[in-house]
Amino acid sequence: MSLVLVAAIKSLVLILLLLTGFAYLTYYERKLLARFHVRLGPNRAGPFGLLQPVADAVKAIFKEEVVPNHVDRVVYLLAPALSLIPALVVFAVIPLAPDLTVFGYTISFTITDINVALLYILAITSVATYGVMLAGWSSNNNYALLGALRTASQMLSYELPLSLILVAVLLTTNIGRETGTLSLVAIVQQERPWWLWLWLWLAFPIVFICMLAESNRSPFDLPETENELIAGFQIEYGGIKFALFFMAEYISMIAGSALMASLFFGGWRGPLATPGTWYGPLVGFGWLFFKIVALLFLYIWVRASIPRIRYDQLLQFCWKFLTPLAILYLIATAIIVVFVP
Amino acid sequence: MSTLKEVVAGTREIARAMGVTLKTLLTEPPVTVEYPDEPMAVYPRFRGRHELRRYENGLERCIGCCLCEAACPTGAIYVEAAENDPNNPVSPGERYAKVYEVNLLRCIFCGDCEAACPVEAIVLGHYIDLAGYERRDFILTKEDLLNPPVPNTVVRPDA
Repeated sequence: MSLVLVAAIKSLVLILLLLTGFAYLTYYERKLLARFHVRLGPNRAGPFGLLQPVADAVKAIFKEEVVPNHVDRVVYLLAPALSLIPALVVFAVIPLAPDLTVFGYTISFTITDINVALLYILAITSVATYGVMLAGWSSNNNYALLGALRTASQMLSYELPLSLILVAVLLTTNIGRETGTLSLVAIVQQERPWWLWLWLWLAFPIVFICMLAESNRSPFDLPETENELIAGFQIEYGGIKFALFFMAEYISMIAGSALMASLFFGGWRGPLATPGTWYGPLVGFGWLFFKIVALLFLYIWVRASIPRIRYDQLLQFCWKFLTPLAILYLIATAIIVVFVP
Repeated sequence: MSTLKEVVAGTREIARAMGVTLKTLLTEPPVTVEYPDEPMAVYPRFRGRHELRRYENGLERCIGCCLCEAACPTGAIYVEAAENDPNNPVSPGERYAKVYEVNLLRCIFCGDCEAACPVEAIVLGHYIDLAGYERRDFILTKEDLLNPPVPNTVVRPDA
């Protein structure tokens, strides 16, 4: 009973945190993009425009709820939730801070430390594709359907190199211990020699590109291209239902950054984030937050710099370049893991 | 081999593009003019809201010749002239404008009225806040034209 209760409370706090994070990520993105464009960005609502996300939320919630006549009603209403929930659920296995021990009771800052965490993340992010596909299908609209088809092939294609690199990362968890592990908590805590850090950072660009494609971010935002598909799968959605898709995209950005931070940059680890001290969790969370914000900056920086690529280029790049590269990397990692230590 | 070359070249180009944007982010201050709070920058010959001017002795320049009305391509100007009272003249000429109205909803700010005016009475000023709640708000009467509001603009220094 208490197990369920604790997990429920943790989840609730995390969801609130993520939704706030989403709201302020839109603010962060708009401000940063504005500065990239030599503009000021939102600055009217509240000091420095800090209340802009609140205003946006109020607007989205109080919009009239419109369900067009020609849609498949049940699936149409289900789709936004189906794309948001996986983005949120990914966070269940990401360690946010080192454990805190108070009065002999250990509080873990991970909702659940399961031993198949990475597999779980890959499975869940694939489910997110369904949200988009069902949205496109149930909208009964040509543009929406085309957008959904693109999403399907894009997300499934980029899952492949991403998974291959994650397998390579998994292989390295064998180093310095008897067996490897899929648990993110264990991966974050793993002590890596300096050459292993460098080797893993070599794979970071590939993973980052895959993450861009996975979360439909520019320059891979083909499912929602404004100029050819109007808004792709989101076209028949308005008000809070549109906001849910928006949330899904941004929260999957946060989740992707958290995952990359945990795998490649040590998650919550950093100076002063010592496990077992009272300030450790706080500093640890601060480090993770900093790393996520830095990675999100990278997402936005790429969006401000690189134009959208053509669809055939997108798939060609994935299948003819990224996937072979990932396979080569996987083989090289396997050789290193077997022979070097 | 050619793929490798392409990858290297492509990576270099992407790095250069991202360098340009990063440099912009770090070095260039925003060019946004926060308009209602900050004055708008206009060129000296910018054509805004109409004004009727006076001589320094207080006499109106307009002599009621109706050339502006004739020159106006959209028929936005309406002038009704009247004879001056010699003892108490409104303008230095024989006649003056009894009624002078500009319909801003028709006006295209071409400046032909300025060009047509023989005494430089009607000019297009720098005032640009031309919003209103009713159609009536867009008809400028002679009273409005003689007392132009102070424009929230500055003349561009680079002009």
